[in-house]
Amino acid sequence: MIASILAETDVTSGRFPLLTALVLVPALGAIVVATMSKRRPEWVKLTAILFSVFVGAVSLWMLASFKTSSADFQFVSKHEWIRAWGISWHLGVDGISLFLVVLTAVLFPLAIVGVDPHHDEKPYLAWLLLLEAGVMGSFLSLDLFLFFVFFEIVLVPMYFLIGGWGYDKRVYAATKFFLYTMIGSAFMLVGIAATVVLARGSVGHITFDLVELATKSTFAASTGRWLFFAFAIAFAVKVPMFPLHTWLPDAHTEAPTAGSVVLAGVMLKLGTYGFLRFGLYLFPQAARNSRAIFLTLAVIGILYGAIAATMQKDLKRLVAYSSIAHLGFIVLGTFAMTLQSISGGVLQMINHGVSTGALFLLVGMIYERRHTREISALKGLQSVAPVFAAAFTIVMLSSIGVPGLNGFVGEFLVLIGSFLTARWWTVVAATGVILAALYLLWAYQRVFHGEPDDDNKSFAELRWKEGMVLLPFIAAIVFCGVYPKPMLDRIQPSVKALISHISDKTGYVEPQPTSQSEGAQP
Amino acid sequence: MIAASSFIAPSIDWFALTPLLILLGGGLILLISAALTPRWPKHLYASSTIAIAIATVVVACVQWGHISETGPKFLVGDSLSYDHFSVFGIITICVALIAASMVTDDFVRREGMDGPEIYGLYLMAAIGGIVMVMSNDLIVLFLGLETLSISLYVLAASNRKRSASQEAGIKYFVLGGFSSAFFLYGIALIYGGTGSTNFNKILVAFDSVPLHRKDSIVLVGVALLLVGLGFKVAAVPFHFWTPDVYQGAPTPVTAFMASVGKTAAFAAMFRVLVIALPNWKDDWRPVVWVLAVLSLAVGSISAVVQTDVKRMLAYSSISHAGFILIGLEAAGHTGASAGRGMPSSMLYLALYAAMVIGTFAIVSVVARTGDASTDLGSFRGLAQARPILALALTVFLLAQAGVPLTSGFIAKFGVIQAATDQHSYAIAVIAMVSAVIAAFLYLRILINVWMAPAESGDDAREPVRVPMFSGVAMALCLAFTLYVGFNPGWFIDASNKVVEIAVPGIVGG
Repeated sequence: MIASILAETDVTSGRFPLLTALVLVPALGAIVVATMSKRRPEWVKLTAILFSVFVGAVSLWMLASFKTSSADFQFVSKHEWIRAWGISWHLGVDGISLFLVVLTAVLFPLAIVGVDPHHDEKPYLAWLLLLEAGVMGSFLSLDLFLFFVFFEIVLVPMYFLIGGWGYDKRVYAATKFFLYTMIGSAFMLVGIAATVVLARGSVGHITFDLVELATKSTFAASTGRWLFFAFAIAFAVKVPMFPLHTWLPDAHTEAPTAGSVVLAGVMLKLGTYGFLRFGLYLFPQAARNSRAIFLTLAVIGILYGAIAATMQKDLKRLVAYSSIAHLGFIVLGTFAMTLQSISGGVLQMINHGVSTGALFLLVGMIYERRHTREISALKGLQSVAPVFAAAFTIVMLSSIGVPGLNGFVGEFLVLIGSFLTARWWTVVAATGVILAALYLLWAYQRVFHGEPDDDNKSFAELRWKEGMVLLPFIAAIVFCGVYPKPMLDRIQPSVKALISHISDKTGYVEPQPTSQSEGAQP
Repeated sequence: MIAASSFIAPSIDWFALTPLLILLGGGLILLISAALTPRWPKHLYASSTIAIAIATVVVACVQWGHISETGPKFLVGDSLSYDHFSVFGIITICVALIAASMVTDDFVRREGMDGPEIYGLYLMAAIGGIVMVMSNDLIVLFLGLETLSISLYVLAASNRKRSASQEAGIKYFVLGGFSSAFFLYGIALIYGGTGSTNFNKILVAFDSVPLHRKDSIVLVGVALLLVGLGFKVAAVPFHFWTPDVYQGAPTPVTAFMASVGKTAAFAAMFRVLVIALPNWKDDWRPVVWVLAVLSLAVGSISAVVQTDVKRMLAYSSISHAGFILIGLEAAGHTGASAGRGMPSSMLYLALYAAMVIGTFAIVSVVARTGDASTDLGSFRGLAQARPILALALTVFLLAQAGVPLTSGFIAKFGVIQAATDQHSYAIAVIAMVSAVIAAFLYLRILINVWMAPAESGDDAREPVRVPMFSGVAMALCLAFTLYVGFNPGWFIDASNKVVEIAVPGIVGG
């Protein structure tokens, strides 16, 4: 396999296995960092930054050469891996995964640069790079086995990051995170094995290839439902959907800042992405039949997350609960199954990654200064750190979904798309938008407004380096809010292809609104 | 009574028997020459054992190619099988023997009990194991079983300075004696029911003997054989000896038992149930299903509440036995020469052997002088003191938990695939859920290694030393665990050949 991957590289014709590099370079970086001497910590950090920046650059190159109007998988890299079992190293990117890959590649260098772990920097950086490789692999895999490998391997670095560099209850939170996610994957593993065996009749041979399985396989309705549920449990834990969400507040709160940024920014999307790529694509009939369950759970998640966030005393826990609400919108959009709702969901995955990633960074900065995240202990920060407060405001407004910023575009598309097929669920979900404003504005008011007391008087202003880390986030927030067209242009062809795949397989007819302008730009 | 003139000696294919002969000859020469000469320089007892085992592996590899060319056959009057299944088992056992001897060398010198006895017993046990793997006759299988078991009883008690070791030996001996009696009575009943102890004849007896009269005798016989073999593989509910013996036995011996003992016993189980008694598979398969589920559940749940790492690993080995039984259950649907049941179980055994020896090698060095510091607290702070050792232990434990990119994942996925192939979804789900429960146990060890703060008195502990031979054994097991995790194709291909067993009537010895 290695030889055939190397054969893909051809300097003269400019061919380069882009996607393989996206997965293997961070893994290589992790090994290099782990074997370096720890007597020169600045060299270790520089190496880690270089590796992650290189991955970011490769991802931007991929973004630039991505064919906009194509719905196919691009930059496909396919090599035989385990012949006896029909497993291959099959990577590819389409509109649904494109921006998630870019987000991953950009988020990691920012998290590495922007957050100081305070101790044992070398293993910390090695784990982070390994995590990047795992997340990348999950987003790029087009082979069920390969996907599972990456999906599961992600747990190990995250476990050590939370357990080694987290806060007080870190061991408890790390163990809970690991076991919760693993039990979901346990069902998916059996589901994968069963899918391949049951599809052998209709496909003709044993294969784990996603595209081949999705296009050729046919399952009886009851079989498909069981298989779909086996996958869905794993994804629902990862999203997380109510009532499987209880690992998330603990993991988020106890994780080190970089861990929270990555966890919220990209790892939760493994669940929602999984629903799109594996749930709907492989089992369209089963997904359609059980959509009421998932829509209901999504709406419960939106309301529950928002209400729970309102009640939190810890700022980081508040952001964690708000994630449950935001991810609920994505699941709603996914199972509403219209072009707008799914595109909005995909966009919302990116938006949530950007906004919540930035929120966790900001909360981390507050903790660095004050060594507390208790809302009641913070007061009047706006008057001592106005720039910091301004940055926080922009990010917060984006998370609320204020028009002109990115959060609005995704949420709005999800809501108008879902209204066509899931009217009453959408009506209830829309109240979640109001609740988001409630908990975030109220928290902002308590933390930033008023006169600072003695503890908060010395709160330091945003530093130059912190500002540089936040700048890309804010730029993305404003750009996507004002001009989302370039993103939607790349997302929508693939979403269209997915919907027509569902229509082909199940006879589903996507309802069209009577007069509908293309997209929804604020 | 057989007259001397009417006895026809079976023709013997000496080449096919070479692995047994090398081990036997080497073992005897080692014991006799060591008894007649003064104390040998350090490492030499272990090195000679390793050399003997390596020679066996080389011959076995040649035999693997030979069988691919000429096909499988029966040996010594149809009492042994010469096929890929046998050779796969031989290689697994001998490689485990090599790794275990390396760990043992450092252990016995640290404990001041260096000598040839323990290695002689290892070699005898390996011979017993190989006879079990190759057997094609219940009596021969029993001979192998006893050779293996008696060596293991003595090995378990071989640390004369620890009363726990003596206790383990006695406990294993008494319970093992019972299980052997069950097994022997099972042989008698099978003989009564089918008229033979030879697998080939038992196989055809189903068609020729009017079985409606004798079926119940055979069924009771099958049940008793299951009890005997279930004891040896430590399947629940025949597992009660395992935690005590694993904990009490010297740590390298535990590694040997968990690898060689398990491989031999499971191979024997396949020989008896799948190859000799496939006609009764509808009767024994549900029993195996129950054994598998109980082993998975009891093994993983009991492991979680333990505080001693060796005891934890003993329970986890019970849960691994449950996984291997899944392969047996799958083979119970298809019979011997088809399906993925048998290959996946043999694959699991070989991969598990490397993982478990690696794990116990680390436990052995952490146990320090006296071989007693095996509670969870002894692992506290290992990551600070010995980061590479801690990382190796992490890989082994994650492999046992079935995390991808380690051989443990390939092993687990193999049996899960075998089960889903036969539409045994319930057992596959139960297995994966219990794997998650078992993962908690490995995490508990890792928490102590990586995240537990030092406590008072920790500084006074003897530092952990990694001697060369143990280090090499760990490195080999680690490299194998990771390499197969990344590139498992060749190993899966090899294990898929074990279904090409010798078939009576088509080829003869």
